[in-house]
Amino acid sequence: MKKPLLITIVGALMLLQAPLVIGEETVTISVKDLKALKSLCASIDGAKTTAAAPISSSAPAAVVSASPDIGKAVKVASLRGFHELDKDAKPVEKKKQFKISGGIEKNWTLQPPSIPHSIEKDRITLKGNTCMKCHSKANHEKEKAPQAAESHYKTRDGKKLEKLSPRRYFCVQCHTPQADAKPLVENIF
Amino acid sequence: MTQIKDRKRMAGFFIKGSLLTGIIVGIILWGGFNWTMALTNTEQFCISCHEMEDNVYKELQETVHWSNRTGVRATCPDCHVPKEWVHKIIRKIKASNEVYHKIMGTIDTPEKFENYRLTMAISEWKRMKATDSRECRNCHNFASMNLEKQEPRSAERHDPHVWEVVDGKTPSKTCIDCHKGIAHHLPKGWEEAAKKAGLQD
Ligand code: HEC
Ligand code: HEC
Repeated sequence: MKKPLLITIVGALMLLQAPLVIGEETVTISVKDLKALKSLCASIDGAKTTAAAPISSSAPAAVVSASPDIGKAVKVASLRGFHELDKDAKPVEKKKQFKISGGIEKNWTLQPPSIPHSIEKDRITLKGNTCMKCHSKANHEKEKAPQAAESHYKTRDGKKLEKLSPRRYFCVQCHTPQADAKPLVENIF
Repeated sequence: MTQIKDRKRMAGFFIKGSLLTGIIVGIILWGGFNWTMALTNTEQFCISCHEMEDNVYKELQETVHWSNRTGVRATCPDCHVPKEWVHKIIRKIKASNEVYHKIMGTIDTPEKFENYRLTMAISEWKRMKATDSRECRNCHNFASMNLEKQEPRSAERHDPHVWEVVDGKTPSKTCIDCHKGIAHHLPKGWEEAAKKAGLQD
């Protein structure tokens, strides 16, 4: 690769504020930057830069080798970052589940509302579902909790049921407690 | 004369001797009794039966009574054996029923335990309700609760005014009325069964 071209790319990357490891000839950039780089490469005629990692929305980072001698070992970032495979994973930071009185606002109309309380003590098993201690028809008034919506007492054909629909038995399939945690994976939804 | 003296002496010896033996035997028996009592009142003793160790003891370990912020722990006897002597003895005598079922193997497999869980739970809930949740109150005291620090939902329900205690009336509810299944898994169909038995409203 011609020197001026390399300098242009490196300069562009610096503008994009991507982390750069010049010593190992490995450049780590985010997915967003990778797209920018690709279009940059396309606009520069004759560029030999290759995008080594697949573009995937679930990958936190992709690695592009901008090395002049392609074939040299390229570090590949996985979901664990550059963490060695044979090392123990980093311990997960513990987070307390939020307690928000008044509930959490929905982001869209049909969203299953987020759970505004801790569910650490709740158990959903074959034997029973402790969410229904508070959210069932019989108990919700006494517990001052919202009743599980009408839709939870219907079959998929809209037939009304006396008991909770089996489709809605596993509450946390749709409803989730909240904590002050950074998403593991970028979410642009 | 000497005969009478001798007899008196003998009688004295006898009385003193039997008193001494009585005291010694008494100490040994009483000590032994108390020692056994204390021994059968430990968590180690409870979980020496696999029925307890494999089921309820494992379940306890998931709960706040096992581990919590402040590191206080309640073990089996704290909740299941009364602290006061008379009540303790009564409970211990009743426990002979449990020994019988242990020998009969009534709950010696997980399946049998599950089948029997509701019966056992109802019986324990009844006991707690009948004693106004005495064992809960060994640690938890209304007078020591800081309602300011509780969740509003809890504070509201623990408020003595709600419980009518300020008017000298006896509260209509006791701990176990609401706090079932806090240390062990709830049995299948517990809610209906508890309602039927008058243990839940
Ligand atoms: C001790 C009673 C209790 C239990 C058990 C309980 N909840 Fe709740 N839940 C409440 C109360 C009270 C609210 C309302 C909180 C508020 O709005 O301040 C609530 C709110 C919710 C909401 C939000 C509803 C809305 O419209 O915003 C969801 C979803 C929910 N709970 C799901 C669950 C699930 C799932 C479980 C079991 C894992 C569960 N709850 C267990 C009492 C309970
Ligand atoms: C298949 C997904 C799904 C499952 C499973 C599910 N829910 Fe929901 N839930 C929803 C959706 C979607 C809504 C939004 C309102 C609606 O459906 O009408 C909702 C609403 C609610 C609400 C709020 C009702 C209101 O009036 O604000 C509560 C409370 C609730 N669910 C509790 C539960 C409980 C408890 C369970 C488990 C027994 C459960 N849900 C299982 C999808 C689900």
